[in-house]
Amino acid sequence: MTEPVPLLKTEKLTMNFGGVIANDSIDFNLGEMELRCLIGPNGAGKSTFFKMLTGQITPSSGTIAFRGRSIAGLPSHEIARAGLGIKTQVPNVFNGLSVRENIWLSARRKNTPRTTKLVVDEILERVRLTERQSAIVGQLSHGQRQWVEIGTVLAGDPELLLLDEPAAGMTDEETERTAEIIREINEARAIIVVEHDMEFIKMIARTVTVFHQGRIIMEGTLKNVLADPRVRDVYLGKKVVV
Amino acid sequence: MTDARNAGLQSILVLAAATGVALLPRHLDLFALMQVTLFAAMSVLALSLAFIWGFGGILSFGQTAFFGLGGYVYAIATINFGDSTNAILLAVVLPALFAAALGYFVFYGKVSDVYLGVITLTVTLILFNVVNSTAGEVYRIGIARLGGFNGIPSVPIFNMPFHPEIPLSPEASWWITGGTLIALYLLLRLILVSRFGRIAVAVRENETRAALLGYDTRLVKLGVFVIGGAIAGLGGALYVNWGAFVGPTIFSLSLSAEIIIWITVGGLGTLFGPIVGCFVIQFLVASIGSQQTFNSNLVLGAILVAFVLLLPKGVVPTFLLCLVQLRKDHRARPNTTAPKERAMQVN
Repeated sequence: MTEPVPLLKTEKLTMNFGGVIANDSIDFNLGEMELRCLIGPNGAGKSTFFKMLTGQITPSSGTIAFRGRSIAGLPSHEIARAGLGIKTQVPNVFNGLSVRENIWLSARRKNTPRTTKLVVDEILERVRLTERQSAIVGQLSHGQRQWVEIGTVLAGDPELLLLDEPAAGMTDEETERTAEIIREINEARAIIVVEHDMEFIKMIARTVTVFHQGRIIMEGTLKNVLADPRVRDVYLGKKVVV
Repeated sequence: MTDARNAGLQSILVLAAATGVALLPRHLDLFALMQVTLFAAMSVLALSLAFIWGFGGILSFGQTAFFGLGGYVYAIATINFGDSTNAILLAVVLPALFAAALGYFVFYGKVSDVYLGVITLTVTLILFNVVNSTAGEVYRIGIARLGGFNGIPSVPIFNMPFHPEIPLSPEASWWITGGTLIALYLLLRLILVSRFGRIAVAVRENETRAALLGYDTRLVKLGVFVIGGAIAGLGGALYVNWGAFVGPTIFSLSLSAEIIIWITVGGLGTLFGPIVGCFVIQFLVASIGSQQTFNSNLVLGAILVAFVLLLPKGVVPTFLLCLVQLRKDHRARPNTTAPKERAMQVN
């Protein structure tokens, strides 16, 4: 029996900035509906990996297949249309526009005018911003802007969500709420989350992939990963006591 | 609710402007009427840059390229056709096509904003130099001689559609020019509330985000640029209709710079502001030109510096902000005055 086509598969994916190798021969597989966490110290290549997946940079070599279709090197908007949505590390929102307009812009692409309104209302409810819908996004708190971005990405109805540090700069309460939102989203779609906050990872993680110096050094359940001496050495050693 | 109030205010404004355009010839002598016709033609040019810069985030230093092209296309076409109707149409279509070709290379080549400015500036210079060196018998298109630095004199002015034997009177020319300005304002307003307009503003706000949501930002910017080119071209035709003359100075850099001043003074990110800026500055320049004490360029420079330092948002946005602040102050008071009174004070 042949294996089913994975949702996302990269082979020997490499990114070279001049002489610096940010990603070295990454082989990565993600199944349908999976929730995966990427961890690793700063500069391990997690964000570079996301940028290649979403077409913000073109890989030096290697392949990316999304549901079997090659997307490496395509422009961002075509990858987005294929069903990949991303919340970037530095919040990328329309700061001068209202919360509602941000989400509308995303929802409108796939929907008719009538269904767009319903989708926008539903998303606002989901990210708990219904009351703030007419606020200008640039004036919201950092945490709320992160939610606006998550909501905006979600409104585009992607099949795979990439979340780069979704809980960064959030209060404990906001972090918990974000974890809740992520679990809700995962009921219908696959998600890859990059995060530094181990408490947050513990709230959501099932499978964890560890990046180090541009390579994947291990993959497994959170428990196994945390127990692995290599992982402790490169990343967790002093920071987290398990 | 504020949206509804905004829409109401705007309709009143547009109605007032339309009435003004209709009644103005009764109250102005011929000279003054010609002056406002010129200002209105220039305002069309201002509107074109106000749209692509203020709402598309594209700062073109060469909007006069399309303006001049529109002027020349109109002049050449109307001389050849003997009728202005199709010439006006061509003066819109050809600059739009030129904008599409130029914009294709700029936006699909991912040229950065600074270089976009440089490229548009250079294109304007090239057009100026090319047209400037077309003196002599050889340089003619159909029966229209390009005339090099002397330009094309006695260009036929607009005539009744498909009736070349009935040229428009100065009053009718004013109605056409002023009416076109209002119509374009309304058209741009409609574009801005349409799906395309909202996406264009989103691209201005954050191009990366728009692309990551699946919008082809290159295409959106190209669309905005082409609309701007078409409007500037129409402005050029209106300008030539006003003076019955077109020369290479229509591509001048000083005019390109002046549009930027109109918009800075009137308010970037609005459509009404640049029209106000254009009328006020041009009126000033014309008044200064009639005396000897001050040089008009010096005054223009001083105005630009003053606005950038003191009123960076421009006249119209600052005025609107004051209105909003006034209203807030009123609400903040414990004993609010009766609604009627409040409305009167705000207005």
